[in-house]
Amino acid sequence: MPDMTILWPAILNGVTTGALYALIALGLTLIYGVLHIINFAHGALLMVGLYAVYFLWRFLGLDPYVSLLIVPPLMFALGYGLQRGLITRAGHGRDENILLVTLGLSIILENLALMAFSSDTQTVDTAYGFSTLDVLGAFVPVPKVVAFGGAVATALALWAFMARTDLGRAIRAVAKEKKGAQLVGIDVNHVYAMSFGIGIGVLGIAACLLMPSYYVNPSVGHGFVLIAFTIVVLGGMGSFVGALIGGVIIGVVEALGGLFLGASLGQIGIFAIFILILLFRPQGLLGRLQ
Amino acid sequence: MTNAKTGGIGRRRFLAGTAAATGLLAAPGLLRAAPEGIKIGLIHPVTGALSYSGTQCRAGAELAIADINAAGGIKSMGGAPLQAVLGDSQSKPSIGASETARAIEDGAIGIVAGYASSICLATSQEAAKTNTPHIVDVGVADSIMTRGLKNTFRFGPGYGKIARDAVTSLDAINKAAGSPAKTVVIVHEDSAFGTGTAKLLSAELPKYGFKILKVIAHPTPMRDFTNIALQVKAANPDIIIPANYYNEYVLFARTIRQQQIKPKAIYSVLGGAASSYKFVKDFPEAAEGVMDTNHWFNPKSDLALKRKKEAEAKGLYYTYEVYLTYNAVALLADAIERAGSTDHDKVIAALNASTWDKHGMPYGPTKMVDGQNTGAQPVNTQVQGGQIDVIRPAEFAQAQVKFPMA
Repeated sequence: MPDMTILWPAILNGVTTGALYALIALGLTLIYGVLHIINFAHGALLMVGLYAVYFLWRFLGLDPYVSLLIVPPLMFALGYGLQRGLITRAGHGRDENILLVTLGLSIILENLALMAFSSDTQTVDTAYGFSTLDVLGAFVPVPKVVAFGGAVATALALWAFMARTDLGRAIRAVAKEKKGAQLVGIDVNHVYAMSFGIGIGVLGIAACLLMPSYYVNPSVGHGFVLIAFTIVVLGGMGSFVGALIGGVIIGVVEALGGLFLGASLGQIGIFAIFILILLFRPQGLLGRLQ
Repeated sequence: MTNAKTGGIGRRRFLAGTAAATGLLAAPGLLRAAPEGIKIGLIHPVTGALSYSGTQCRAGAELAIADINAAGGIKSMGGAPLQAVLGDSQSKPSIGASETARAIEDGAIGIVAGYASSICLATSQEAAKTNTPHIVDVGVADSIMTRGLKNTFRFGPGYGKIARDAVTSLDAINKAAGSPAKTVVIVHEDSAFGTGTAKLLSAELPKYGFKILKVIAHPTPMRDFTNIALQVKAANPDIIIPANYYNEYVLFARTIRQQQIKPKAIYSVLGGAASSYKFVKDFPEAAEGVMDTNHWFNPKSDLALKRKKEAEAKGLYYTYEVYLTYNAVALLADAIERAGSTDHDKVIAALNASTWDKHGMPYGPTKMVDGQNTGAQPVNTQVQGGQIDVIRPAEFAQAQVKFPMA
């Protein structure tokens, strides 16, 4: 039986770690949840973002949080270009093609990174990397507190964007009824590319907030892809607030599972939840039945 | 294909031409003044999950070949130079075996392979089919040397030796300081390496009066160590023993600091990062005071320091992969030199009789028993003031043990 005094720090750690997971899942919930593009390259693109943050720090001395001004726009452009130039063209609108294209893309990106940067693990060293906040007796690393705030802000911003802006309405229209959207004059290809770009741009935000407390190597994305898909389904496809709540739930389940069952076995909690959600609430926590 | 009936090149002319061409192709070999090169197969995981270590191994082997050739090659064979036949096991045992077979077909008369224990098991077995001498460069699993393969030799220490030394050293370090440490927590990754280490230590340490408070397993990769650090904190051990690979070691060491856990020692066995220059350079504060039981060169050997300087001049970190593989190649070259031949049996006999001492390791002259160099041993290192210093055994020590760590 684990010591009860560490229950509170463990839960708090689960919440902040979960917020990081949610940040990574936010981009995916837009791409996968709204547009139904199964983006297997999500992890590889996260790796690209992390390397961008790392190299900006290494060569230009930019703090990862300053990179928030640079990396997300670059990632947006990369996502827009990928969707327009590669995924649409090679996918021919068929799900299985898109799946293979993104899978192939992830393999290419990882191996290019391996060739260019070697498999060395790289980390950034910041003044605040080891600082912690004392929250009622539990030490929470400062980078995780920042990431938590970033995740909440990003989720709310995405939600407002989808609800209030023309582009947000267009994205929702395309997701619901592609032909109809086309008939009323929406440029469907542009909307797809914008959504993909925004999704990858959000991944850029995640990279900036993750890097101070984590590391980057060519296969770093593997640890996050499956979790991100689980969070998207748990929160409800396309629901940003759902992804945030889902991420936090997954984080806490992982933390408590690790505490009671050990870190190796604790992971099963995540996938047990995944199966239960699929069985009893397939639309997710905040999703609507279609 | 040409056809005589349709007016192409006739059979006789074709044969004559072929013979002439073959003669021309073979001629440079016959006419060359220098003796023919001696091919050595270097099979390492230069791509895949182990690519960092595999690349380091290959670099070490190539340094050795360059040094030996620069010093006049194999003198007993007319100064024949060594020639590398490179192979990539892609971090997979099965591919390591097929690359070994390919190297032997290409004319390699000896094999130096394969970094990871699982790959060494496969490459040595493949080489055994043709009785080709095989030197294990790093692979520490005891099972590599206990299968009775006559062609297989290992220069470095095996796992059992390393783990036993780790336990007796920890006990000696503790006793020398007046036995301040009584309790231990082991944090290990959950595959063969970490689990094996944890099992062995939890069986051995209580015999020396240490109490094992907790054994915590985790998967690789592990995204976050806060939870584990919290459990360690609650147990409040005197000594933390991590047994995991580089990335996890780094995250764990960082988290220990964040959670303000201050044990009397962090002590590891073949610690993924504990005696890594990269870790010390990237995280000097987290690394300070960490102790490890690992392969290390003899810091008092001029030969080792000279080789270290040469490797660093080429932009290499002088890691254990580099000097262990360097020495594996040099050991094989020494055997060929004494055998005066590349005949498998003669080279194997020379390896068995080896008393080679030009390795710069804390081992003494080689003494092979069933292929294992029985003089091989690990040392204890500690990060002190941003340097990795050897602290035990006493005859190789550069610095005093700092225990309990500040």
